Amino acid sequence: MTILGLIIVLSTGALLIYATVDFPAWADPASPASLHLSPHFIERTMEETSVPNIVTAVLADYRGYDTMYETTVIFSAGVACFILLRILLREEPGESLYRHVLTGVTIRVKEGAKIPPSADFERIDTLWAPHDLIIKTMCRLLIPFIQLFALYVIAHGHHSPGGGFQGGVILGASIILLAISHDLRTSVQRMREKVDALLSATGVFIYAGTGALCLLLGLNFLDYSALASVLHVDPVTARSHGILIVEIGVGIAVMATMIWIYSNVSSTGKYDEGL
Amino acid sequence: MGDLIEIVVAKYNYWIYITLMMIGLYAMIVKNNLVKKIVGMNIFQTAIILYYVSTGAKRGATIPILEHGHDGHAHVIHAADYINPLPHVLMLTAIVVSVATLGVALALAIRIYHRYNTLEEDEILAQIREK
Amino acid sequence: MIWQLDLAILTLVVIAGIGAITVKDLLGAAILFGAYSFMMCLLWSIMGAVDVSFTEASVGAGVSTVFFVAAVFRTTRRTKD
Repeated sequence: MTILGLIIVLSTGALLIYATVDFPAWADPASPASLHLSPHFIERTMEETSVPNIVTAVLADYRGYDTMYETTVIFSAGVACFILLRILLREEPGESLYRHVLTGVTIRVKEGAKIPPSADFERIDTLWAPHDLIIKTMCRLLIPFIQLFALYVIAHGHHSPGGGFQGGVILGASIILLAISHDLRTSVQRMREKVDALLSATGVFIYAGTGALCLLLGLNFLDYSALASVLHVDPVTARSHGILIVEIGVGIAVMATMIWIYSNVSSTGKYDEGL
Repeated sequence: MGDLIEIVVAKYNYWIYITLMMIGLYAMIVKNNLVKKIVGMNIFQTAIILYYVSTGAKRGATIPILEHGHDGHAHVIHAADYINPLPHVLMLTAIVVSVATLGVALALAIRIYHRYNTLEEDEILAQIREK
Repeated sequence: MIWQLDLAILTLVVIAGIGAITVKDLLGAAILFGAYSFMMCLLWSIMGAVDVSFTEASVGAGVSTVFFVAAVFRTTRRTKD
């Protein structure tokens, strides 16, 4: 198998290297990739959509149909992880571990029994999970600022690098940080599974709904200048606002899916112990 | 000989991208462990994204965010001043799809581990053939 | 577009890629994959693709590495090849 793999890889590599002789020189302004459609995008973006970030404008307006299906792909990946892994039967775990807060003594409780929730005992995941006050406190202080930065990234997608995807992933990463530094149960308490799944579908719905609204108002699907009558602005600014609305939808969908996939993968579907 | 050196100097970056792609392909074909195969798949994907983004570069051009002053629409925008934004748009979609695929692939690997108690491909095939 | 910087980071990328598929410890492979993703992000910043680089930094070097480490934690860490 190794020899066969090496033969395949070397022959494919040799074929591709032979094909690079025909490629245009690197960073050539007159290469065919830069000649046909992209000058139109670069020169006309500002006067048609008034969004300085060309990549955001092309992604959410000129190629908005692709981005809608990309959001659908992310949502279906979350659903696929859920279907593959989630175990819904609530069986009581064999034995659970508790730690006495004041002295640090770990107690192993045999199966069937449970200590009623009180402030003196906290449930821990495994024997080696350290109780680290520094990490817990610092993460609790940092998470609101991470979320604020993520909202900034979504809102400034028009003028600086950023947009819906990046802000949504950073928002999801803030909740994953909560799950890593504290407990998976803490993050599930903050962001319940039903809310997560519903938010993930809401993001896709916002995107498709904006397109359908443009269709209902008389123009093409995902042609945001139809929103000019709803928002009471001129059509160019309406396109800019339409881009912002779909980026918010994308951000919500990506955030919810990242949290959903992480919760399913790190607890193998049982939602009791995490990383 | 001078011709060959000239070709190498002009096209060496494409050859390094092809090397990266072949590293990923080799890992997907030859490695026995499932997680190593998934790592190889991701290396392949990012190498292809690197190749596409490199076709959008332009000498002497700036990043694709239009600079506009505050004096209205008096600027004439030349397309040769900004790098090509189209490959960036397509590759944004590719990156996010690759992380979605990674999530599903890891979920499948965990299910296989629960069923066969191993992640090595030859042991899994031996267990299937015994049934 | 400094070609010396480009070549240096490309060399590091190839070394991280070869390392990620060769080490016998799956946790080490996951961390090396995170380093590979971050080097890719630097490469794209040098080429001027700032949006792609931002996405790769948050997705590849952030969330993707965490998924890998969570999956390795839940299955097994040792591998024979």
